[in-house]
Amino acid sequence: MVKFDIKDLNIWFGSIHALKQVSMEIQANEILSVIGPSNSGKTTFLRMLNRLNDLNQNFKMSGVIKLEQEDIKNINTELLRKKVGMVFALPLPLPLSIFDNVAYGVRMHGTKNKKVLGEIVEGSLQEAYLWEEVKDRLNESAFKLSGGQQQRLCIARTLAVQPEVILFDEPCSGLDPISTAKVEDAMVKLKQKYTIVLVTNNVKQAARVGDRTAFFLNGELIELDKTDKIFTAPQDKRTDGYIRGKFG
Amino acid sequence: MKNPYRTQKIAFFLLFLATLLIVVPVGLIVVIIIQKGLPAINWQFLSDIPRQGMRAGGIFPAIVGTIYLVIGAIIFALPIGLLSAIYLSEYSKDNLLNRLIKLAIVNLAGVPSVVYGLFGLALFVIFFKFGASILSGSLTLGIMILPVIITTSREALESVPYSFREVSLSLGASKWQTIRHIVLPNAIPGILTGTILGLGRAAGETAPILFTVAAFYLPRLPNSIFDQAMALPYHLYVISTQVPNVDEKIRYGTAFVLLALVLFMNLVAIIIRYKFRKKKKW
Repeated sequence: MVKFDIKDLNIWFGSIHALKQVSMEIQANEILSVIGPSNSGKTTFLRMLNRLNDLNQNFKMSGVIKLEQEDIKNINTELLRKKVGMVFALPLPLPLSIFDNVAYGVRMHGTKNKKVLGEIVEGSLQEAYLWEEVKDRLNESAFKLSGGQQQRLCIARTLAVQPEVILFDEPCSGLDPISTAKVEDAMVKLKQKYTIVLVTNNVKQAARVGDRTAFFLNGELIELDKTDKIFTAPQDKRTDGYIRGKFG
Repeated sequence: MKNPYRTQKIAFFLLFLATLLIVVPVGLIVVIIIQKGLPAINWQFLSDIPRQGMRAGGIFPAIVGTIYLVIGAIIFALPIGLLSAIYLSEYSKDNLLNRLIKLAIVNLAGVPSVVYGLFGLALFVIFFKFGASILSGSLTLGIMILPVIITTSREALESVPYSFREVSLSLGASKWQTIRHIVLPNAIPGILTGTILGLGRAAGETAPILFTVAAFYLPRLPNSIFDQAMALPYHLYVISTQVPNVDEKIRYGTAFVLLALVLFMNLVAIIIRYKFRKKKKW
């Protein structure tokens, strides 16, 4: 099933043409890795899917993005962002307790019942493999957690609002290898329920967890194929050069 | 030959001297006022009305008047100041109109206080026919402290990291929910600090209340917001320059009470800021 259908997407920030003529489909329940050197438009592409780019005053776009056949411009922004969750590059807990962090989105969408909230928080923390580590200290500040725990907390917070798609924006860039492995494990398990788009600077990570991989360069989508194929027999020599570490 | 080490020592010494020079007048003011004013302070001075043409008795009506004025000014200035700070920091786009608004606020802060007094006289006392009253005085003081409240509130709001807003929005919260639940709670200490500093300024100013509310001699408490009232700064001015043969003790006692009131407010602001800063989690 096609989750996102993107046609002729162009994005500008002022005079900078950040994405050029991008067309692709994102399948349901896949992990799509997006790789490319910095400034290639990966993050811009990701932030387009939940319309976070709209916050920028100079943002302009053309083309169509459809989420399950519906143009995302016609979907209420809050509802779109509820359906399409996001985990940022740095662990960004809100200045609240662990419990309140996870419950935040749910509360904003109108759930007040304490018992329901408790269940959602526990379930989400378990899905993000954090429950065992924090179950006795839910009322502590989220800032007391380690970096890796904070990032899993952010994943739990995103899961709590029951999204359909999760966007990961270089989620492991600030983490040590062990925490990275834990986050990657979580992602692989999550794809059974969610569609995942993973932007990463780490080519090996894309190879490890991605079902398909997209390579961006200077705002253009150069190549999109099964991860195996991208890493063994890429069609474009620029893709080949990047994954071999010749530039980037 | 220049010796960089010695140059540095001289520079440090000059910088330190300049810093010390700031402390000296503050210290002297406090010491002199306390030394000369404290002996006048007793229960009767604080709770009695002025007697014998203000040469004896207490300053109770002036204390109450000042408190009324400060409360009135804040009731008017805090909501308007806070709401416009939220607009300027969260909603306004960077265009000509908003740049003009920001410029106007900066300029409002630079208007001499006596001009506020004349403005209050023209607008509230005469045009709106509020007369010389607590209402006119409060509104005038309120307008005077608006720029302080707006500027400090805006700074407080903008000091909340942008990433918190993004996270909140990315979870599907609306913009107003984000402001209400994430931005405002984390900006409250800064907003309170600014507000209290504004209050301190309102309590101490003479010129804005001169034509709008202050009574020369009114040995009773005001009955309504349309009454005139005595106020500490104006009372101090009156007994220092307009009434002959007032005991020095009474003048410095009045100054002491006014100074204590303002310093107390600043102290509260400092405590609030300190408490919240300790609680700050990022």
